[in-house]
Amino acid sequence: MADPPKKPKHKRSRYTADRGIPGAFEGETVTRRRLFEGGALAAGGVASAAFGLPALGFALGPVFEDTSPRIFQDVGKESDFNEDSYVSKVITTDPYTGEAGKTTVYMRKFNPKRDNKKNDKIPYVAVSTRCMHLGCPVRYVQASQRFICPCHGGVYGFQGEVTGGPPVRPLDRFYTEVKQAKGKPRESGDWRVLVGDRFSLNSQFERFSPRDPGEHLDGLWKYLYPARPTA
Amino acid sequence: MKLPKPPLPPGLRPKPPRPGENGHNGSKNGAPTEAEQRHPAAEAGVSALGWADERSNLSPFLRAFLYRKVPKGISWYQTLGSATMFAFVSQAATGVFLAMYYDPNVSNAYTSAQRITNEVFLGELVRGMHRWGSTVMIVLIFMHMGRTFFFGAYKYPRELNWIIGVVLLVLTLMMGLTGYLLPFDQRSYWATIVAVNLNGTAPVLGPYLADFLRGGADFGATTLTRFYALHMLLVPGLIAALIGAHLYLVAKLGIAAPPWLKAEKRRELAQEEI
Repeated sequence: MADPPKKPKHKRSRYTADRGIPGAFEGETVTRRRLFEGGALAAGGVASAAFGLPALGFALGPVFEDTSPRIFQDVGKESDFNEDSYVSKVITTDPYTGEAGKTTVYMRKFNPKRDNKKNDKIPYVAVSTRCMHLGCPVRYVQASQRFICPCHGGVYGFQGEVTGGPPVRPLDRFYTEVKQAKGKPRESGDWRVLVGDRFSLNSQFERFSPRDPGEHLDGLWKYLYPARPTA
Repeated sequence: MKLPKPPLPPGLRPKPPRPGENGHNGSKNGAPTEAEQRHPAAEAGVSALGWADERSNLSPFLRAFLYRKVPKGISWYQTLGSATMFAFVSQAATGVFLAMYYDPNVSNAYTSAQRITNEVFLGELVRGMHRWGSTVMIVLIFMHMGRTFFFGAYKYPRELNWIIGVVLLVLTLMMGLTGYLLPFDQRSYWATIVAVNLNGTAPVLGPYLADFLRGGADFGATTLTRFYALHMLLVPGLIAALIGAHLYLVAKLGIAAPPWLKAEKRRELAQEEI
């Protein structure tokens, strides 16, 4: 069976006037039908974007917004803490969330003999109870000097370094500072310990902006888990 | 093909012809006899349906959808999809009524959930149906998926329906994840923290995904309202829309014959083989 003869290709003129469209203007290349098609689509697009983009921004906004409180909270006087055992204190991480916005920190004085020198500018060690495996709350056991996570068996040593189980880095800490109590004379010697923002540590005890649990921070891993605008 | 009439309850059945009336068209001028006339209430129902059908022309569509042909060998296995959809409908219905009593607020969520269980009339039952129904739905989805897989019903031309089904599975699991937080007790709080941190361990985008789910760097008041909005508005809407697409394709492509069913040979081909 022979192929049907191919129709010669007519090159259609760009100009509507040449194509015999009624009411065409000279030099007109866009038909009215096409113009209105495009106009209706564009109007629909603008109208959808008018509500769609703000709604999207509304949903995504918190990803780019830093809402963590930039305040130092008073957790007690200097004499409450020592170098060799932890004291638990409760701080508020989110003032709008009630009980769920509070968290326990384990606190002690910086111990030059036992602590890594990289963080010796921070006078008090405030260890977060957030397990670095998946975020369960760890508990400090004084007898073994270990932090123990109830969920998947993560174990941390005295400095919060990983000594067993699945956690990927040492326990997070909080910045601390010591200040004179407000409204008291300088001679009274009433120095208060304040707890501020969270920071994360890698296994070398180098500081990083806060990262979520389960995110490695050693070697090349730290590039896979970048710092976020929220923290 | 004319379908047989459905069995009618006795009150709605037309009366049998009286002796001497010669059955169906025994009357003189073709008008229905007194015996053939339906009860006025039944007549009103029929005419209301006829009114709607005349304007929507739905009955050809419904007839084709409900009385479509199915291959031989269809069994209970092919009902698992309908069972899953029924589970979804029951989740939607119980969820709407739970939403009337639930308060998605960090300080009230737990007490409102307790109130549903302990004080609201039948609240324990409705909450229990929603809570256990979620498990039933996920079990049914996996059974339906297993049937499709082992019967080879995902093959051409039904691949698109398999893909839609996988999206529905992921959305249903998202319903499970977001719904788990809503009672806002210790278990749901810590389970959600773990689940969000699991999402955060995805490389590069994980940390941002975790922030998106929490609505910030830390678990907060917005996390609960976010999960609530996802759980009752966004995800169920997507599921309902995709179930529509899923069903359309099932009706359009037909049900796959079970793999053990051999195609019948046409007689002339069988003779040729000999």
